[in-house]
This record gives sequence, C-alpha cells and structure tokens, in this order.
Amino acid sequence: MRIGTHRQTALCSVKIFAAVLAAVMLSGACGSPPNNPHRAEDRSANYYYDTFMAPPKHFDPVRSYSTDEAVFVCQVYEPPLQFHFLKRPYELEPLTAARMPNISERIIGGAVHTVYEITIKPGILYQPHPCFARDERAALRYHHLAPDDVKGFLQAGDFEHSGTRELMAADYVLQLKRMADPRLNCPILSTMAKYILGLDDYAAGLRSRLQAERAARRAAAGLLYNQNEDEKQNPVRIDYDGIAFPGVELVDRYTYRIIIKGRYPQIKYWLAMPFFAPVPQEALDFYDQAALIERGITLDRFPVGTGAYYIESYQPNRQIVLARNPNYRFEAYPAEGEPGDAGLGLLRDAGRPLPFIDRAVYMLEPEYITSWNKFLQGYYDTSGITSDNFDQAVTMTERGVGLTEQLQDQGIGLITAATASVWYFGFNMRDSVVGGLDEKQCKLRRAISIAIDIEEDLDIFSNGRGIPAHGLVPPGIFGYLEGREGVNPYVYDWDERQRRPVRKSIEEARRLLAEAGYPNGIGPDGRQLTISFDNMMTGSSYAPYLNWILKQFRRLNINLVINTTDYNRFQDKINSGNFQFFNWGWNADYPDPENFLFLLYGPNARHGQGVENSTGYVSERYDELFRRMETMDDTPERLALIKQMHAVLQHDAPLHFGYFPVGYSLYHQWYYNAKPNLMGRNTLKYKRIDGELRERLRREWNRPLIWPLVLSGLVLLLACVPAAVLVWKREHRP
Amino acid sequence: MTAYIIKRMLYAIPTLIGVNVLIFALFFVVNSPDDMARTILGDKNVTRAAIENWKQENGYHLPLFWNAGAAGAARVTDTIFFTKSVCLFVFDFGNADRTGTSIGDQIRLRIAPSLAIAVPTFILGLLVDITLSLIVAFYRATYLDRWALVLCVVTMSISALFYIIGGQYLFSICLRLVPISGFDTGAGMFKFVLLPVVIGAVAGIGAGVRFYRIIFLEVIGNDYIRTARAKGLSEAQVLFKHVLKNAMIPILTGVVMTIPFLFYGSLLMEAFFAIPGLGGYTLEAINGQDFAVVRAMVYLGAVLNVAGLVLTDISYTLVDPRVRLG
Repeated sequence: MRIGTHRQTALCSVKIFAAVLAAVMLSGACGSPPNNPHRAEDRSANYYYDTFMAPPKHFDPVRSYSTDEAVFVCQVYEPPLQFHFLKRPYELEPLTAARMPNISERIIGGAVHTVYEITIKPGILYQPHPCFARDERAALRYHHLAPDDVKGFLQAGDFEHSGTRELMAADYVLQLKRMADPRLNCPILSTMAKYILGLDDYAAGLRSRLQAERAARRAAAGLLYNQNEDEKQNPVRIDYDGIAFPGVELVDRYTYRIIIKGRYPQIKYWLAMPFFAPVPQEALDFYDQAALIERGITLDRFPVGTGAYYIESYQPNRQIVLARNPNYRFEAYPAEGEPGDAGLGLLRDAGRPLPFIDRAVYMLEPEYITSWNKFLQGYYDTSGITSDNFDQAVTMTERGVGLTEQLQDQGIGLITAATASVWYFGFNMRDSVVGGLDEKQCKLRRAISIAIDIEEDLDIFSNGRGIPAHGLVPPGIFGYLEGREGVNPYVYDWDERQRRPVRKSIEEARRLLAEAGYPNGIGPDGRQLTISFDNMMTGSSYAPYLNWILKQFRRLNINLVINTTDYNRFQDKINSGNFQFFNWGWNADYPDPENFLFLLYGPNARHGQGVENSTGYVSERYDELFRRMETMDDTPERLALIKQMHAVLQHDAPLHFGYFPVGYSLYHQWYYNAKPNLMGRNTLKYKRIDGELRERLRREWNRPLIWPLVLSGLVLLLACVPAAVLVWKREHRP
Repeated sequence: MTAYIIKRMLYAIPTLIGVNVLIFALFFVVNSPDDMARTILGDKNVTRAAIENWKQENGYHLPLFWNAGAAGAARVTDTIFFTKSVCLFVFDFGNADRTGTSIGDQIRLRIAPSLAIAVPTFILGLLVDITLSLIVAFYRATYLDRWALVLCVVTMSISALFYIIGGQYLFSICLRLVPISGFDTGAGMFKFVLLPVVIGAVAGIGAGVRFYRIIFLEVIGNDYIRTARAKGLSEAQVLFKHVLKNAMIPILTGVVMTIPFLFYGSLLMEAFFAIPGLGGYTLEAINGQDFAVVRAMVYLGAVLNVAGLVLTDISYTLVDPRVRLG
C-alpha cells in the first residue's frame, strides 16, 4: 500500500513535469516562443509594442500636461498645428488647420491686440465613438443612459454602436472655454490668462456660477451633504456660452479666432499642443451622465479626437492599446526633411498615407529591468537606456558613442538627441552671501561655477549623457551658440588646438574667491565660508553624488552644508526664498529661447510676484533685452540680443548653467523612421514596423532550452537516493 | 459561537475607528493638503491659485478635524476627516485623489490578479513547506536534518529580490521558458503566474520549513507519539496520521491569519512581474501621495486583520474540540 502510494505520487509528478514540458515544446512548435508576453495570435501583426512605467493620470486634453500622457493623448487629439516630423530646427506646419494662422492686429479699448484667425480643413471626421451614435430617428442613442444600460461596462468601447461627425471650429472654441472651468484644473490657465483676452474674467465668472450652484445644493441638502457624491449623481452643468469671453470668436463652421493681449508670438507653439485640441459637445454631454460617471467612464480616461489613433483598450493597471482610426483623412509622410535624412532612409516612405501601424500596444512595466530584458528578447520595439544598463548597451570609442557588440549583433540602432531641457545649479540672488550684483559677489559665484566640474559630473554620474551648458538655451533651439562663440568666458578658456572649451583651473577659482573676500575660503570675520545646498536627492543612491558636490566645494575650502528634503519641502523652500544654493531643472514647453531665458526674467522672480525665476535674479539690463527679444521672430537681430543676454548672465552668474541632458534611445532593425522629435509627440503615425522580420528574429532569439531542466530533475532524483537508502535501512532494522 | 462572533465584531468597531483616526493623523502630519495638491498637479505651472483650486475641488480646503468657522454640527461635519473618512465605515471608499477613479472599482478589478498570484503561492508554499518539514523531521538528528537546516538558514538569508531577479534571469532569459513579466486574463494567465508562484513558494521554503519542523519536533516528543510507535506503526504513518494532525493548531494560527492578507497582494512581486494587483495599487498611491487610496487600503488591511483573528479563533474550535469560544 505504502509503496504503491509512493509510486503513484512519483508517476503523477512525472506526468505533470511531462505535461509542462509538452506545453512548452508545443508552444514553441506553434511558432510563438514560450516566453512571449504578447498574445500568440498577434505574432506577425502590424503592431507596435512599447511600455509605460506608471498609469497615466489624465487623458483630457485640457488637463494632461506630462510627457508620459502625451504618448497617448497626442495620437488621439489634433490641435490646429503640429511640428514637422523631420525638419530641424523645429518648424510648425498645419495639422487640422488649412493653412498657418492668419495674424492681424486689432485695437480694443485703446490697446493693440493680436488676432489669430484659424481655418480648419473641411471634411475631417472624428474617431468612431458612442457619443456620436444615433438611432433610427437620428437622435443621439446614448445620451440618456440609465445604470442598467451600462451594467458591466468598463470602457467606452463596450457600447454596441458608435458614430462620427465632422470636425467644426466650434469644437476648438469649446475647448478654449473648458480651460477656464475650475473643476478641470487646467495647468496652463494662469499662463494663458496673461495673454488671451478676457480669459481670467471668464474663469472667475465660471467659478462664481459653480460656487453659487454648490452653495444652493448644500443649503438644500443640509448637514450631511457630500459634494463629490452629489456631483457624481447629478453633475453641475455650467453654460459656457452664458458668460462673455471676448478672447475667442467663432467666425463660421470652419473658422475661429483667438485674440491675444498685445503680442505673444509664442502662442503658435501652444497651438500645437493638446490644450488647443478640439472637444465635441456631444462627448461632454455623453460623459456627463451619472451612469457613466459611476462606472468611471469619463473623458479623462476615454478621449474622443480626430487623430490617427483612438484608445481601443484602456486598462491603466495592465495595458493601453491604440488602434488605427478608420475615419482618418489622407495625410502623407513628409517628402522633405533636414540634410542627411534621405541618407538615413527617413524619406523612403515619402508620400505614403499615414499611419503605418495598425495597433500600438503599451504594456505597464513598473520596473525598468524587466522592460529592458524584454526589449533585448525582441518583445518591445524601442527602449531607453538607464545608468544601470548603460555599459551593457553603449561603448565609448575614439569615434564617439557606439553600441556594444551584443546589441550590434542584434541589429539594434541607437539615436541620441539633446533634450530641450537644462539641469542647473542656482544661487539665491537675494542672499547676503551668495546673492547680489556687486563685482565681489559675482566673483564668488564665478569661482563656484569653475569649481563644480560639470564634465566630471557627466562622466561619473551620467555616463557622459549631457552637454555642458554655457548658457540657458540648449542645442536645437534658436539662440544656441556652438564653438568659440558660445563659450562662457568666465568659466572656460577656448583651446584652439583641441577646438573646444577647457574649464578654467581651480587656481583661477581660488584667485576669484580671494578677490571676492574669501582667501582660501576664509571670510573677513576669520571663519570658513559656509554655504547651504538645498536639493531633493533623497535616497541612498544619491549619496555618492552629494559627496562629489562636497568635494568640489572642498577644493575651495568652502564648507558646504547639504540640506536634502523631499520635493514638496524643496519647492516650499524655493518659493519662500529660504535657501542659498540649489539644484533644479527645466523642460521646455516649446522650442523658443524665450521659454528658457524667462527663467531669469526679473518680473518672474519666484519669491517676488511671478513663478519661474527661482533665483530671484533681477537685472535691469537683462530684463530690457528680454522684453525686446521676447516677441521677435527668429532673426539675426534676435540672435544678437540673445548673445547680449547671455553675456549679462555669464558675468553676473546667477546660475551655474549645469548641462543639457542628452537622451539615448534604442530601436530594433524592424522599426523604421526612428527620428527623435522632442517637441512633436504625435509621431506614432510616422513609425513603421516589419512584423514578419520581427517574428522571425523573435523566434530565433528565444528558442527554449529544456535540457537543463531535465538534467536538474535527474540530479534531484539522484540526490534522493541516499535518503531512500536511509529510510529502507531504518524500516528494515532488525 | 454566534455570540462570540458578534462580540468580536463589536470589539472591532473601536479598533477600526482608531485605525481610521491614526492613518488620517499620520498622513496629515507628514503631508499637508498643499503638498498633495503640488504632487498631484505636477511640476510645472503649479501656482498658488491652482493649489487652492485643487483643494476646493477635492474637498481638502476644509479644516482637518474641527471647523471653528462653522456653526452647530457643521463644526464636525464640515471637516476633511468627516467628509473623507467616515464613509469608510460603510465601505464607501470614494474616488482616488490622483485619477478621480472609483477606489471600490479598482479594488474589485485588481483583487483577481492579486489572488491569482497569492493563492497558488500560498497553497503551493504551504504544501511544500509542510512536506519538506515532515521529511526533515523524519530524518531528525541525521546529516540530512543538519544540512537541511543549514540550507534553510541560507535561503532565509537571501533577499526576496534576489529570488525574483534570479528566477527571471534563469527561467525567462537563459531557459526562455516563461515571460519575464506581464499578465493576461483567462487561460493566457497561466504562463504569467507560473514563475511568480514558483519563486514565491521557493523564497518562503527556508522560513517555512524551519517553523514547521520545530512544531513537528515538539509534537514528536509527546507520549502519544511514543505510544503510536510502540503499537508498531511505521514512521510515515506516525508522521502523517498522528504528528501532522496534532500539529494543526499552531499551523492553523499562521495559516488562517495569512488568508485575509492574500487579498492585499504583494508589493514586490507585483511590481517586478507587472501584475496589475492591489499591491501595485497601494505602492502607486504611496508614491503619488494619494491619500484617498492609502487610507482605503490601510482601512481594508485593518478589516482583514480583524477578520483573520476571528477566523483563527473559529478554526481552533474546528481542529480541537476542547476549545470553546465564549
């Protein structure tokens, strides 16, 4: 009995093991490797596979403001303009607009205003969506839903019927009005209110109406009134047209105008962002139903646009799938780019209709290590590079940056691009020690700027992925100066032989420090100069970096006190001006020097009236140059002004300019039209995939290995023999 | 028994109120509503007006516990604590602060993936641990016992992260037998849960085997076991029929307490295997300072803890007739 039971158990184990092996082999034989995380039936499909690290927060174009969300939002929504996919420097072109906006001037209330008249192309259709679905009597089918009608529904795509309609100028006007809705927390409302005529008053009007309605409801409901619950069941509807908004005019079915106070040429860049994309009234009415709100089916999760793709499946805890918009109009792949694009094969698809890819599948990958390995296995088409896997991916050769042999063997390609951002160190210009515009104080800051060796910083901590900054404007943006012309003469010398700038010596920094009144770091009171460094580098992984910073200051015999706090505390300190020296960065909204140089514009002083000038730097000369440069087109005169502004900044040194980060990304050989576009995010439509090649290589790279498993099983069985002998001896002991 | 359960449920009420107040106070000691707004609104263009607007729209403009500016009962009801936390007692978790989605819906949606990993890991781990510890107890005082203990200590000393990354490297990258991470519904789920389940079970073997071995050795030392042997029963019969049965109370204590927490998911496992479960949801909420989700998940944890304790007590009566609840 006992022996029989053991035998049956052993037999059962062998059967299970055999079944698992058979399943593995069968899946391999069927053509899909067993480690394929995607559905086997999609193996040769024209799909693009990518990842996202955290669930996106907002898909409502009036709320979404992060690059992670832009990956999705920009494929769905179409503002009137877009950035040309290939041309550099970045160039705007019409997207839904028939032509570039017609710009004119108008006198309102005695002041000059700029009018942007935008005419959209006729015949553009929205993606299929249930908000447009109509019944036999042509009435909107899903605009009076009861909870039972949507029982079990999880997505907008769960509705049986869908419909479409033509894009109208009124949809753009509606979106402009939504910016002012206090419930939507539009992140650019404060910026736009400065420029769009009457937007601030319109926002105030909407707010007071909302408050009045809420107060009335609260008074009627009594003590236990729960605003959130009530508005879920009975959303507050504000009539956007009930309040005057002179900043936007609907001209006709296809034309609308935006009226700007004074001049603000940068508005053209905002017109290429989803904030200015159309939203149909049908969608607002559809999503404003209690039955849908209750089920979490909202515009913020299930967008409706005219873009090349629509959200087919939204499961933010697992995957998001974009599918080709069947109603997408004809749009051709660009026929011209920048010099060299043809040689890189980027014009091969010129004139072909967009988009190329049928579906884009984005999988949630909270850990980078797993997405990196899946990329190497061919299960993701593109990947970034982090410090952890940099050495596995990239080698530095005499000719520059190259890929490792392993990646080259896999046919992986590398693209690098300086990002439109800057990472800098700042001084509190209102501080009695490091601030001020006295020559002595400037020398102290210049000495520190020399001492912090940003080239070493990039080599040690960023694998060289950055360009040392000599000013605020990064490469690729008008106003960036290369070579000798762009050198910061207070921190670098130009080496004619090497044709590159060389950081001034630490002796020079010590000399400047002595001239600033701190010989060998000792102040007039005989005490060592002490500076506090506020940063948000929490976590042990930043310890080496902070030690490195300490070392830089120690070279000048300056005592650096490190104050590390979380990001919120850090922001509080900067806002209140309670700091001496800090480290921060800026990502541009649009490719214009104004969007960088405004970081030091006096009226934007953060601890003054404005919001973005964290250092509190105020220079009359700089401010005057900025005001002239701000509204100019990209002309040689503007470039000359930017040079002058940089000269002022380099002299005053309110910042150690830090560096411009360089992004590295990898792509597989089956992925075409890989060109970084840091401004235009609607680039999925230009990408092309060779699904057959991908499937062949995936199978080649992922052949399962069974024999080590079989061998391990046998070894384990053999290891049991002594134990079995022991049992046998014990049981048969006389 | 019924009276006992009712009594325990009544005892749970002050516990849950305490947990609710404590989590509320702890959260707002380290996080002001302004901090929440700043984190949720993002890095750019977060003006004072935008912060105030967010607070107003999300009900964080009110005082925390006491509204001195209000009159009558509104002094208590017009507070963040009352509007946000009292509804938890009827399991109305409200909406997430970051995304505005229903927390209840998310819990319902994510509980299945969490259980898909947690339940098989728990069962497999329990079976393997008990079986191995019985075998080790069978070979007590032999070289096998000593080496097994050494192995247990070694495996206990290794970080769970090592098992995860090592397992992914071995089975997904070297042998290419299962996907590194991911999740699917239906039959497609099998290939994704296989590796985390095996890793979860293996990672727990060291601690589990040591724990159960001690329990079994204690039982083996009792007189009735000696009597069973004296009756001529084989060692296997002694272990499986007499030792295992009499070791059930300490085993159940650990096991039943664990069951409710299976719903809670595993933070590490879900993050590394991209399992869309409750563990990952909690982690995201903590990172994103989403008070609504953190509060709901901690409250849920407290409820599950209370439920676990009651279930443990009840299970005692099932395995040991001498135990009476009252």
